[in-house]
Amino acid sequence: MGRKLLRFAGFASGAVAGTVLCRRVFGAAGERVDVYFDDGSFVTFAGRSSEAARLVPLAQRVLAAVRPA
Amino acid sequence: MRSLHLDTVGAVDAARALADLVEISPHIEAAAVVAGDGILGDSVGVPEGRADELARAVHELLERAGAFRSEGARLAQIHAELGDGEVFTVTGTQGQTVVAVVGKRTAAGLVFYDLKRCLAAIESKDGHGS
Repeated sequence: MGRKLLRFAGFASGAVAGTVLCRRVFGAAGERVDVYFDDGSFVTFAGRSSEAARLVPLAQRVLAAVRPA
Repeated sequence: MRSLHLDTVGAVDAARALADLVEISPHIEAAAVVAGDGILGDSVGVPEGRADELARAVHELLERAGAFRSEGARLAQIHAELGDGEVFTVTGTQGQTVVAVVGKRTAAGLVFYDLKRCLAAIESKDGHGS
């Protein structure tokens, strides 16, 4: 009985952790930055990549500048 | 959606070009022209007292994005999709950038087209005007 309870608790905590992880990953997936260069090349930085982490906050600052709280 | 045809009206100053831009593209909430050194040219739809912050943020965004360029390439455009809006920039060969904030999701190609026309009109004015 105790072992079953322990397994259930492990499964439940794993499910919760998985849900939180999914929300963090896919919650940020809608944010992305496309950067285009004059030679026709472009790069897309999305989600929680380190490159996106450098650009998204600045884009948000641009947005915030025209939408003050 | 209508499209901007600034080439049909010739060279115009930045304020007029921006006003035409937001008139023809109702999804654009605000737009501005930022010089290569980060100085704000003109703007439309930007709340009073926020223009300098906008120019600083745009300048830093362009600097950081430009760092990802491959050898010899120049940063031309940025499209940032955020949770509650989108930011577009188009930078010309003379270093000026037109930035636009769009609230409602719209076709990126059309926004870029209108921004390029707007920038071309401004650059034309700068090149051949007073």
